[in-house]
Amino acid sequence: MRQATRDDTGASRGSYTSYAIGFLLSVVLTAVAFGAVMSGLLSRPAALLSIFAAAIAQILVHLRYFLHMDASSAARWNVLAMVFTVLIMLLFVGGTLWIMYNLNYRMM
Amino acid sequence: MTSKASGRDTALVEAFAKHDVAADQALGFWLYLMSDLVLFAAFFATYAVLGHNYAGGPTGRDLFHLPYTFGETILLLLGSATFGMVVLSMHQGKREGVLTWLLVTFLLGCGFIAMEMHEFRSMILEGNGPGRSAFLSSFFTLVGTHGLHVTSGLTWMAVMIGQVIIKGLTLPVRSRLMRLGMFWHFLDVVWVAVFTIVYLMGAV
Repeated sequence: MRQATRDDTGASRGSYTSYAIGFLLSVVLTAVAFGAVMSGLLSRPAALLSIFAAAIAQILVHLRYFLHMDASSAARWNVLAMVFTVLIMLLFVGGTLWIMYNLNYRMM
Repeated sequence: MTSKASGRDTALVEAFAKHDVAADQALGFWLYLMSDLVLFAAFFATYAVLGHNYAGGPTGRDLFHLPYTFGETILLLLGSATFGMVVLSMHQGKREGVLTWLLVTFLLGCGFIAMEMHEFRSMILEGNGPGRSAFLSSFFTLVGTHGLHVTSGLTWMAVMIGQVIIKGLTLPVRSRLMRLGMFWHFLDVVWVAVFTIVYLMGAV
């Protein structure tokens, strides 16, 4: 299943099939997320869980089929930089929510 | 990105041959994208904190029209697929294919920006501009910053259409197209987070 190959521009490329799979999966996951909210059939927690699961799946699809991230050694530094960025983002967003919720609670 | 002197590209081609410059540029650009992600994280954190402070004004449920957002999303996803076609044509050395698909991607991006502009305009005309509430301030900052990125991408794409016509598919031009592709796909990833956290969560 290794579709990404590297060329003289230093970036990996996909194939017609990989872009088609990526596009179809993205459309399906988008439709699932919008459907979960617009149908009104799901309870609030179930709807929230569905849209977040669909979003994470779709981000992984984009990284795999459009940005060609894989476990190859050539992509190692890209993956490492991204893992570090995700850590920073989690601290950033999580820390902000935590401290602001706390402040709000204490000032009530 | 835009080199005026044609001699600069010749020098670049030589530099590319000596060292794997393109690979370094791709990694450097990736690092920029990661720092941009931190910028978006700051706006998402702001939105998460302020997103429920409506100040007696409209909520997301009153303002967002989900089928419209779904349409915007499809335009962006199509744009990512057609940029894939740009890259595939580029690797086959098909200049006409590259130009055609670049133009299609450009028009899809313009369609997205037109839809977003229309949405913002109607919200502001109804008195629900960024000054209405903290929710709307953070909404316009977050979604507007993504829109500005897409607009920058469109400007870059217009420049690249010019470069492909004038310079042809030289190695520096191909390397720039690869980086534009990374930027374009990256904006789709950010949009997935935007429509999930802003539009869908606002309507649940």
